[in-house]
Amino acid sequence: MTETPRSSIPDRLRSPLDRRLKSWETLLLAVAIAIFVVNSFTSPYFLNVWNLSDMTFNFTEKAMIAFAMALLIIAGEIDLSVASIIALASTAMGAAVQVGVGTPGLVLIGLGVGLLCGAFNGVLVTRMGLPSIVVTIGTMSLFRGISYIVLGDQAYRGYPSDFAFFGQGYVFWVISFEFVLFACLAIIYYVLLHKTNFGRAVYAIGNNPVGAEFSGIRVARVKFILFLLTGLMSGVAAICLTSRLASTRPSIAVGWELEIVTMVVLGGVNILGGSGSTPGVVIAAFVMGLVTFGLGLLNVPGIVMSIVIGALLIGVIALPRLWQTWRLQAAKR
Amino acid sequence: MSKHVLMSREMLLTGAIILLLGIIASRFPAFIAPSNLVNVFNDTAPLILLAIGQMIVILTRCIDLSVAANLALTGMVVAMINVAMPELPVPVIIVISIGFGALLGMINGVLVWKLAIPPIVVTLGTMTIFRGTIFLLSDGKWVNSHEFSDTFKAFPRTELIGLPLMSWIAIAAVIFFTLLMSRTTLGRAFYAAGGNPHAATYAGIDVGKTQFWAFTISGALAGLTGYLWVSRFAVAFVDLAGGFELNVVAACVIGGVAIMGGIGTVVGAMLGSLFLGIISNALPVVNISPFWQLAISGSAIIIAVALNAQANRDKGRIILKRAEHAT
Repeated sequence: MTETPRSSIPDRLRSPLDRRLKSWETLLLAVAIAIFVVNSFTSPYFLNVWNLSDMTFNFTEKAMIAFAMALLIIAGEIDLSVASIIALASTAMGAAVQVGVGTPGLVLIGLGVGLLCGAFNGVLVTRMGLPSIVVTIGTMSLFRGISYIVLGDQAYRGYPSDFAFFGQGYVFWVISFEFVLFACLAIIYYVLLHKTNFGRAVYAIGNNPVGAEFSGIRVARVKFILFLLTGLMSGVAAICLTSRLASTRPSIAVGWELEIVTMVVLGGVNILGGSGSTPGVVIAAFVMGLVTFGLGLLNVPGIVMSIVIGALLIGVIALPRLWQTWRLQAAKR
Repeated sequence: MSKHVLMSREMLLTGAIILLLGIIASRFPAFIAPSNLVNVFNDTAPLILLAIGQMIVILTRCIDLSVAANLALTGMVVAMINVAMPELPVPVIIVISIGFGALLGMINGVLVWKLAIPPIVVTLGTMTIFRGTIFLLSDGKWVNSHEFSDTFKAFPRTELIGLPLMSWIAIAAVIFFTLLMSRTTLGRAFYAAGGNPHAATYAGIDVGKTQFWAFTISGALAGLTGYLWVSRFAVAFVDLAGGFELNVVAACVIGGVAIMGGIGTVVGAMLGSLFLGIISNALPVVNISPFWQLAISGSAIIIAVALNAQANRDKGRIILKRAEHAT
């Protein structure tokens, strides 16, 4: 063996700087900046602080759910019912308004319904051992179905005026309440996932649930908490969205589950579980917000944007794999 | 063992359907008049066709959420072909719809096979891409009844020995795919690839390729259903059959198809579809708002998947699972 073939184990570790430069997050950040620059050239209305502030509403609510969804996907599960939880929570708040519940009560109801729905998913998946994809496809129609039963083709309106703050209020100048909430949640989830035992447990479960179980991690309980968190975040998003729209229809937030999963996957979370990061999801949220906002400024209809989102979802997973196979083939030659 | 479970599952479902019909008939006897049952079956035919394709996909441990979007896109394509060339005979239209649907299915299949992208991600993505493409093709406009040629609209309604052709196509598909699944190597490969992919690989089955064919079949059936749907309702638009993929998955799960792959029959998928079809047809009869439909199919999915899990629990698959991890 005079000439050893290129082994898969490198003789030295890549330096931290090198690793950081070549990470998914850096690539994504570059993409975000590129989109930002392209947008500011193609539309004269883009570089305006108020327009940019409006742009954040494109993704803040979805991103709140995406943070929790990222943890869930890292742990090897998925929740497709999030958009339906929004519909159900919003319907419950609308019904409460009709009997004269005030803003604090509405917030409690929104969060409570979110938690309940999350608990329902969690019990079905962790206690009964059912696959989360099917369970949440089922609850996706069940939760929204209940909204349809309650509302039919009607809508709830008449939310109290101080309730409008959550979706329409500004904390300081152009900084909206939603954006502040988004930033706080990003920090909370960053700490939760990357700095706590709980976060390590989430990665462990995603990489090897059996191994995690044998290491003393209560897998079922962690997964249950993750479903609760996702439900809770859907409740938070429901409060913000309902407050922003000031009305509730059963078709509220239709199709959001797709955009949220796309955001998570775009953020570098492995759809099969085990890896991913919160900063990645944050940047992905900005990328998606910038793309939709930029296309919107160019008068591209919403359904065409959904093609872009769908292509992004597939492309983001396909391109690294194509790249990898191409590199393997090149190495063989 | 599994044969026994499957038999009991189908008998159970048949019993449930008869019970359901009995309850409805006790209040509205006209519902079980033969002519009405023929109508119910005819209404359910599209669901049966799609559920057969979905069952094959689920057998191989995949899922196809793009079927309804495929149906709508193929429907729009054949509708526009018909508007452009009204003299094109129906058999050609049918071949086009099957071929185009199969092509869309192949896109899913290639992404799953060659790039090993999780099927749920692929089909969620293609679902929106297909819907968006309909908008690009049609500019968001509807193709309406008066724009279709008469032969295009008449085909699925043409009656043959008391049943519309639509129903006959569903029956033919059930027979054809029952034979395919039980009498051909491809059919057995679907079961093997989903039952235990590693063992299937050792047995010389290309699991990825098998999944590719499953998606192709599902796409072809969705395409065929696209033509039937558009011609029966004489309309094509962007949101045609929106959300129908959930009903299709529900029909399969109710029909005893195990979502973890490897278990399921064509007859089961058909019975699951009929169960949902009877409920949706009975709702207006028993005076319940159609808005209940969504919640009912959601509950049906959850209950059915819970029942499936109970039925499959005592199957001693632990050894197989360990072998999978070892490889």
